[in-house]
Amino acid sequence: MVSLLRNQKVRNALLQVLYVGALAALVLAGVVIARRNLAEQGITSGFDFLYKSTGWDVNFSLLPATANDPYWWFFLIGIINTLFLGTVGLMLATLVGTIVGLARTSSNELARLLGRTYVDIFRNIPLILQVFFWYAVITHLPTPRAAHEAWGMMLTSRGLYVPIPNVGAIAFAAAILAVIAAIALPVWLGRTSRLSQPFGERLGIQLAAAATALATAAVILALGRLPDLPLLDFPALQGLNLKGGLRIPPEFSALAIAIAIYGGSYIAEIVRGGFKSVGKGQMEAALSLGLSPWRVFTLVRLPLALRAMLPILANQYVWLMKATTMGIAVGFTDFFMIVALTINHSGQTLETIGILMAGFLAINLSLAAIFNRINKAIALKGNQLRA
Amino acid sequence: MEMVVVAPPAPGKVEDLKRRFFATPLQALLSLMSLAIMAFVVWKLLDWAVFSAVFTTSGGPEACQAAAGACWSVIAARWRIILFGLYPFEEQWRSALACVAVVVMTVLSCIPAFWTGRRIALVWGAGTALYYVLMKGGVLGLSYVGEEAWGGLALTLFIFVTTCLIGFPLAVCLALLRRSELPWISRTTALIIDGVRSLPLISILFTFAIVLPFALPQWLVGDKLYRVILGSALFFSAYQAEIVRGGMQGVPAGQEEAAMALGMSYWQRISRILLPQAMRNALPATINQFVISFKETSLVVIVGFFEILASGNAAYGTGEWRFAYVEVYAFIAFIYFIFVFSLSRYGAFLERRMSVGER
Repeated sequence: MVSLLRNQKVRNALLQVLYVGALAALVLAGVVIARRNLAEQGITSGFDFLYKSTGWDVNFSLLPATANDPYWWFFLIGIINTLFLGTVGLMLATLVGTIVGLARTSSNELARLLGRTYVDIFRNIPLILQVFFWYAVITHLPTPRAAHEAWGMMLTSRGLYVPIPNVGAIAFAAAILAVIAAIALPVWLGRTSRLSQPFGERLGIQLAAAATALATAAVILALGRLPDLPLLDFPALQGLNLKGGLRIPPEFSALAIAIAIYGGSYIAEIVRGGFKSVGKGQMEAALSLGLSPWRVFTLVRLPLALRAMLPILANQYVWLMKATTMGIAVGFTDFFMIVALTINHSGQTLETIGILMAGFLAINLSLAAIFNRINKAIALKGNQLRA
Repeated sequence: MEMVVVAPPAPGKVEDLKRRFFATPLQALLSLMSLAIMAFVVWKLLDWAVFSAVFTTSGGPEACQAAAGACWSVIAARWRIILFGLYPFEEQWRSALACVAVVVMTVLSCIPAFWTGRRIALVWGAGTALYYVLMKGGVLGLSYVGEEAWGGLALTLFIFVTTCLIGFPLAVCLALLRRSELPWISRTTALIIDGVRSLPLISILFTFAIVLPFALPQWLVGDKLYRVILGSALFFSAYQAEIVRGGMQGVPAGQEEAAMALGMSYWQRISRILLPQAMRNALPATINQFVISFKETSLVVIVGFFEILASGNAAYGTGEWRFAYVEVYAFIAFIYFIFVFSLSRYGAFLERRMSVGER
């Protein structure tokens, strides 16, 4: 027996079995105890509850939701809310971060100081504190009767009311896609190698593509327009409340603002690092080739900086996506809040925690996959390193 | 022939300014824009926070609300709630002392003289024990105060310190297990680390606070505070383990091989050769992780703890100070800022210091 223990191979195998076995036993014991405890409370385990109606409501949803809908539908709503808030937050944070990051790398000392102050202040205050702050600010705005009005928008304690076109939902979504295409097409046309024209002489094609896409958007909007209503639906006071327009609830705007400001300060540092990593010689070489400063920026500095910052940016995006779970602090029904509510109402603890883990794993993995794709597309191709 | 060296004339103040801020029209525009933004924000802030602000409690909330600027009297009236939460009023000096103990402990551990394993363990062990005795009482003539009454800044600091104290050794263990040569040990550990890292901290805190009691036998459930600290420590250690592992990868393989050739045992190799060098490599990232986890202690407010953010909510949320939320949040943000900013400055200083040593 002792000689068997002295054998390296046997010892290694034993160690591994012990380690994995102990962990598995721990998890198993937890599950067994939990099932017994839950059974004592009259909760049967299994995923049948997903098809029962919830009996409670969500305060924010892009899809139609009522208290009669089943749990699986609510989980779906939660995931879509998380993705929606995350995407809006990411876009705003990227916008803020790019501006501040460019200010931080600017040749102007005052602009650098401004950027640095921004980063130092907002990076050092916890996100949840910023969420609470903006939520308090928005909910302390005047009531609808005394709303602040600007450009047809209404700022009230019940949320931000913006004018919305009177068109069907599908037509509206299609029009948004067309507008996005109007921005993306010229960029793609300017970079693709599929066209026969040289890179510098594509302005006409680009403008035509953008105009076509915008015209398509206009046609879609005109066709999808709801009959007998003005084109734009403005919010207006009716009784004690506002009618019409699109209401952006305070929970959503507070989270989006906080994520934009806090995430922006982190992204600014990533942007700065990316630009700092571009060798000075690259820019000097480009300038000496006679490229204009703008082209030096778009053709040399930006692509090289992007390549350096994308992997770090991907991590930051994953982090920001997880930060949407702060929604529970102000009552925004994101995925995590739906999970917490489900545990409260149905008691299906273990299953729900499983769904939570699977959901975040799926979100993280798909984000990682998307960024790996992009990363691969813009990474150094093999032979470029040969000098 | 003698060379005549002509030094360029030293630029005058005006020329210097011109060169730095108004070299080209674009530069001038940028400078003016930045200056305008700065002047506007600084003026508005100063006006709000100082010139038009009310500092005394004498007028009461009504006079304060009428003022155009900040109402700092809410802080003067409620600072004890914000800093100490529901801790018994006469005993709050203990809470304050406990905070001081934690701050002193943190400052001490920033001094390089304390950077040996034994000294740092001694400082942190003594500091935490002192904190615990001061807060909980029941001995040395101090009256007993249960964990449910702890709150405010003291609780924030306690959660942070214990998270690091438990999380750090755990992180080293996880990092060692992950780089184990035995495939199943390293794979399982990698699964745990990556699994924890892919979840948001809030969901882990929630699981430990609310779900875990179902999965534990009665005698193991314990106080919610300690379960939440465990969850937060687990989260910290998953991130820190990757940092430590990165530090270990930076240690040349020759070091460990040399130690092996000298006949050192596994533990000697780890504690004398690998870890000291790995820790040095990982120090900047570690400080960064401390900064992040200090900010993340604020998340325990979601599972119902009365830490500084929740006590701030209570300070303005009840009674006559309902309008003064900006001042309360600004005060809390300022406290966080002091801690986080000094920690991250310290991290930047360390990074510079160490990169000098590298050359």
